[in-house]
Amino acid sequence: MEKNQVHIIRKKIAGLLHDVPDPEIPIISIVDLGMVIDIRPENGHWRIDLAPTYSGCPAIDVIPLLVKASLHEAGFGDAHIEMEISPPWSTDWISDLGNQKLLDYGIAPPNGKAADQEYEGKPRNCPQCGSTDTELISNYGGTPCKASYKCLTCLEPFEYFKCF
Amino acid sequence: MEAKVKYLLHLADNPLILGQRIAEWCGHGPVLEQDIALTNTSLDLIGQARLLFQYISSLPGQSTNEDKLAMTRYENEYLNLLLTEQPNKNFGHTIVRQFLYDTFNLLQYQALAEHTDEKLSGIAVKTLKEIKYHYRYSSEWVIRLGDGTEKSHAYIQDAFNELWRYTGEFFAMASYEKELKEEGYSIDSSLLEPEWKNRVLAITTKAGISIPANEVMLLGGKEGKHTEHMGYILTELQYMQRTYPEMNW
Repeated sequence: MEKNQVHIIRKKIAGLLHDVPDPEIPIISIVDLGMVIDIRPENGHWRIDLAPTYSGCPAIDVIPLLVKASLHEAGFGDAHIEMEISPPWSTDWISDLGNQKLLDYGIAPPNGKAADQEYEGKPRNCPQCGSTDTELISNYGGTPCKASYKCLTCLEPFEYFKCF
Repeated sequence: MEAKVKYLLHLADNPLILGQRIAEWCGHGPVLEQDIALTNTSLDLIGQARLLFQYISSLPGQSTNEDKLAMTRYENEYLNLLLTEQPNKNFGHTIVRQFLYDTFNLLQYQALAEHTDEKLSGIAVKTLKEIKYHYRYSSEWVIRLGDGTEKSHAYIQDAFNELWRYTGEFFAMASYEKELKEEGYSIDSSLLEPEWKNRVLAITTKAGISIPANEVMLLGGKEGKHTEHMGYILTELQYMQRTYPEMNW
């Protein structure tokens, strides 16, 4: 395939993947989550490398299916999807847009870089009212990637996407 | 069976069986937050087991898959530590079992993260991130309950008294580990004991818990010889695959 052609198709596939949502947090796409590592031609078909988030995340089996379905519809039925665990996915790979979407959705995005701290850190502020006066309820939440917090100003509970 | 496959099965069976055990808490946790915490830990562990089973299935000469490995072997083919199959009993007991395992697992995976087998070290680096959280969770709860009420203290102390005898197995090398150690494939788990003990004592001291002395250690899980609890857990784990062989979701 011509270099120019590869570039055009890669952009097209990347565009399609931008519309594949995370099944657990549908407001954010798998691209904004930083799960798409590579898109390249290989042995006559397209290969997409995805990074799983948490090892046991229930979305781990659903995401490749969603990707396959989306690519199939666009005529890339023979695309090959691989889960690549090394190097491990990190919240540092979430895009700025992804973090903004999380916040708009009511989830406090990761505060700071995972690489700079031993554990998950604390939310910068309450996604509802913006107060910095918040309190941890539990290090675990509705999905493996989140912790449960409450805001001591507006008294609303909220979830914090842990630095990981 | 090849020693390497046995070793990898041992590494996979620990999180599989412990993950299945903790999953029994789903819907039964003492409070909602802890129910969720335990269930999340179970998910992590089963995810870790899957990565290892997938790796084993991909090795040359293996005509199997992750479901078959996880759910259709006989009891004596499972090579998990005896500790991981012990019943949940109560929340404190579950926490102590988790703490003893997490402390060992943290050290074990730190060593595996440096492994020359890139596939295995990749899995270790990935899962180590999760194991660190398990370790923090269980050690915090040992302190909180051990240093809590008279009743919570008694539960934690009882659990240490009962479960301590299963900890010697962490450091007793199985036949396949000894064989692989010479090739440099298996880590020397006996070397992890001093650091494990330091870490355990640091937490039990804070929790006001005493460690049983001169306990006779029970071994065998790593060689496929299990306690009476194993049959029951496998019955539940294997039910669907035994009833509908090779079923798929």
